[in-house]
Amino acid sequence: MDFKKETRILYCWIAQIGNLLLRSLWRLIHVIINLCYLTLGIAKAFESYLISWGILRRYKSLQVAKLRYLAIVVESKDACQTSKIIELLQWLADVGVKHVCLYDMEGILKKSKDFILEELDGAILFGEAYENNEIPDQAQMTLEFASFSDGKEAVAKAANVLFMKYLKSGATDQNQEEAIFTESQMAEALKTVGSGGPEPDLLLVYGPARCHLGFPAWRMRYTEIIHMGPLKSMKYGSLIKAIYKFTMVRQNYGK
Amino acid sequence: MNNFSKVRSVRHTLSNLFRKGVCKVLSVGPIPTHIAFIMNGNRRYDQKLNLAKGTGHSIGLLVMLTMLMHCCDLGIRYVTVYAFSIDNFKRKPEEVERVMDLLKFTFELLSEKNSIANLYSVKFHFSGNLDLLNEPVKNAAKELMANTANNSKAFFTFCIAYTSTDEMVSAIREACDERRRAMQEQKKTGGNYGLTKPVEVVDIEKHMYMATAPYPDIVVRTAGENRLSNFLLWQTACSQLYSTPTLWPEVNFWHLVLAVLNFQRNHSYLDKQKKLL
Repeated sequence: MDFKKETRILYCWIAQIGNLLLRSLWRLIHVIINLCYLTLGIAKAFESYLISWGILRRYKSLQVAKLRYLAIVVESKDACQTSKIIELLQWLADVGVKHVCLYDMEGILKKSKDFILEELDGAILFGEAYENNEIPDQAQMTLEFASFSDGKEAVAKAANVLFMKYLKSGATDQNQEEAIFTESQMAEALKTVGSGGPEPDLLLVYGPARCHLGFPAWRMRYTEIIHMGPLKSMKYGSLIKAIYKFTMVRQNYGK
Repeated sequence: MNNFSKVRSVRHTLSNLFRKGVCKVLSVGPIPTHIAFIMNGNRRYDQKLNLAKGTGHSIGLLVMLTMLMHCCDLGIRYVTVYAFSIDNFKRKPEEVERVMDLLKFTFELLSEKNSIANLYSVKFHFSGNLDLLNEPVKNAAKELMANTANNSKAFFTFCIAYTSTDEMVSAIREACDERRRAMQEQKKTGGNYGLTKPVEVVDIEKHMYMATAPYPDIVVRTAGENRLSNFLLWQTACSQLYSTPTLWPEVNFWHLVLAVLNFQRNHSYLDKQKKLL
């Protein structure tokens, strides 16, 4: 009996040592991964300074016209840093980006909308200029402010617009139903409920991870999504590089 | 030759043991419940290696099955792949036919008794507008779902004839239909049919093609592309979007390990964001 008890204690010890070894290995792997990311971060920071100083020539001529609509996703806790947001928007204005959608999950940016518009000379709200599904061609910068409620909740509101249409039509067969429930009808319904903005060509994520944080799903089908790192360490050179890389992309759209 | 095959067998065994060891180490940290793959780069693989058209897709499907096994070994319960988009029907008819034949062959292979589906107890599900598929492929898919209905260790979803926008419209149609039938029932029982309960987010979600799986923790896109291409747009609000420059037919266990390590680095942040929703 003593022998069995001792064997059990021995197995327990072996298991604990095994667990400790596994945990140590796991932590070591993550330390190595973090060091790799740190090195990569330093290299990217150095490259962004070279781009800002105009040393890397290929970034000097940007075909900004290809970027018709840009979206920026920030963490809600960073959205309070309106000075950083304004600085970013001013960089975009300098580069020649005309139409920007600012998104944060909780709608903090929406609350600071008036202040941001005031600080940016001549900028106007996108909704005032957007008509007939065409992005306006104008000198002023337009800004749109979006939050999580413009995503799934907006789709539910649009669903109710289609539901009312469905009830009014008295549709009884599948063909009649299919005429109401189409993607184009859905797009119109989203416009009716005030969430029918254009699809951004490029979405820049400022945060710790590459994650769109609930940007309106209907408007992201073929949007390029680039992770820019935390907002507090944003760099002009990195912004230029992201826009440049976007202008080099060729999409097949499934073909 | 005998010695050569012995050496290969020993090497294979050691390689498996090493992979199992790596899985054990990774399991110390959080393991994603659901991983989704956008299997990009099959045609580029053909061009890169000057192969006959369609070879990349064939190898790609083998890689998909291998990755499914690796996910099972790592303890990832839900795996989803973007096998064929509605947009892909715009490709040349011979290419579409080739891919459809390959998918049918894969479904039939998986339906067999000794396939990995039963070895790993994987339940197969299909998300998408299956009415757009031809009869043989649709029947093979239905047979695979029926043959694996009782499996429960892992869940594999093929997104075929799928786009996220089509999924949303289809879910809205089902939700509206359900609401209309509920109103008609109320009318029959003499209830207050004048009041129309609005369609809510939860009504739409339960009719999504992907309602059978939790939201993905990671979406992996290969071949260096940085977009979702109309894939799981509704479900990925708090998903780690991971892009690798490797073409899909060249992807292996180590790419999965890197994706999981990346997920583990950002897990606490993404978890916090999920709680805000």
